[in-house]
Amino acid sequence: MCETCGCGLKGHHHDHDHGHRHDGAKGEAIEIMQNILHENDHNAAHNREHFERHGVLAVNIMSSPGSGKTRLLEATIDALKGRYRIGVVEGDLETENDAARIRAKGVPAVQITTGTACHLDARLVHDALHDMNLDELDIVFIENVGNLVCPAAFDLGQHANVVLLSVTEGDDKPAKYPVMFHEADLVGITKTDFLDFIDDFSVEKATACIRNLATRADILQLSAKRPETLGPWVEWLEKRLAGVRGSERKTA
Amino acid sequence: MHEMTVCLSLLKQAEEVARAHAARSVERIVVILGPLSGVEPLLLDGAFSIARKGTIAENADLVCEAGTIRVRCRACGSEGPGSLSSLACTACSSPDTTVTAGRELILKRLELGLPDEDTEAI
Repeated sequence: MCETCGCGLKGHHHDHDHGHRHDGAKGEAIEIMQNILHENDHNAAHNREHFERHGVLAVNIMSSPGSGKTRLLEATIDALKGRYRIGVVEGDLETENDAARIRAKGVPAVQITTGTACHLDARLVHDALHDMNLDELDIVFIENVGNLVCPAAFDLGQHANVVLLSVTEGDDKPAKYPVMFHEADLVGITKTDFLDFIDDFSVEKATACIRNLATRADILQLSAKRPETLGPWVEWLEKRLAGVRGSERKTA
Repeated sequence: MHEMTVCLSLLKQAEEVARAHAARSVERIVVILGPLSGVEPLLLDGAFSIARKGTIAENADLVCEAGTIRVRCRACGSEGPGSLSSLACTACSSPDTTVTAGRELILKRLELGLPDEDTEAI
């Protein structure tokens, strides 16, 4: 069979029979070796170019549902107010609720409702960007669908992945969802104000689980209810924004 | 459940290649799925059995080859195997490694059924 005959170079015809399915019929084996999600990757690269042309930092925020993505964004908007112009792309299966919360902060937000889809992809983000004026923005946060599995597989054109882990979820979650946490550039341990009340979340254990995943991701402890905890997060964003603008100048 | 999205993307690529080669059918699709790709072979296979209906790959076999995880250690420089439960260096136990293989999500090979030249010539 073709699988073992060793031919199969692109464009190389071989006329031996495929006896296993269709006796006597001609067949051809073609080596492809192409990413299955290459179309998404192409769209993501387009989004990234679009962000960079406008000097905009794009941050993809992922976590399980309820770990505080929107709440952190609200607090981040407050922390950056008057210094940076923010835009938010919200991904949810249904409702405009999260976009409405962001707009209530005076920040433009585009809601993507995915219906039954469990993740955002680059095309959905691309379409959402048509409703956003990047000339008037410094940072775009893409709040992905709450899900610790599927979103990790899809590049959106972001410059950085932020994965949130709330202290009520369990400190071994990075070990349970290695693919997602491996993709993180920053892990935000959220709702740390609850650490005063729960005794079964160890920041050290969570950190060890993350470090076990071959990642140098920054790990920050954040509480949206305690703005004083957000300083390192703001600095991280500023550094990333400077990186995007620096590379844009170099390529310009 | 994003395996269905992956599957539709896979079928689209297969159909494009089949069309470019004037193929009559796609007989076999071979993919490489690294453990860190986030795609489960069983779920992809399940999605494929549904999504292939009515396409040129309707009777195709899907073969999922499992990739293996390899990591290179930043501390000692050695390269070795990794697993989903640990990507630390197996030589010196340092967790400061980079993944060199295991994230593949690749369409490796297509086997196409071609029109029989004798009958096509008529």
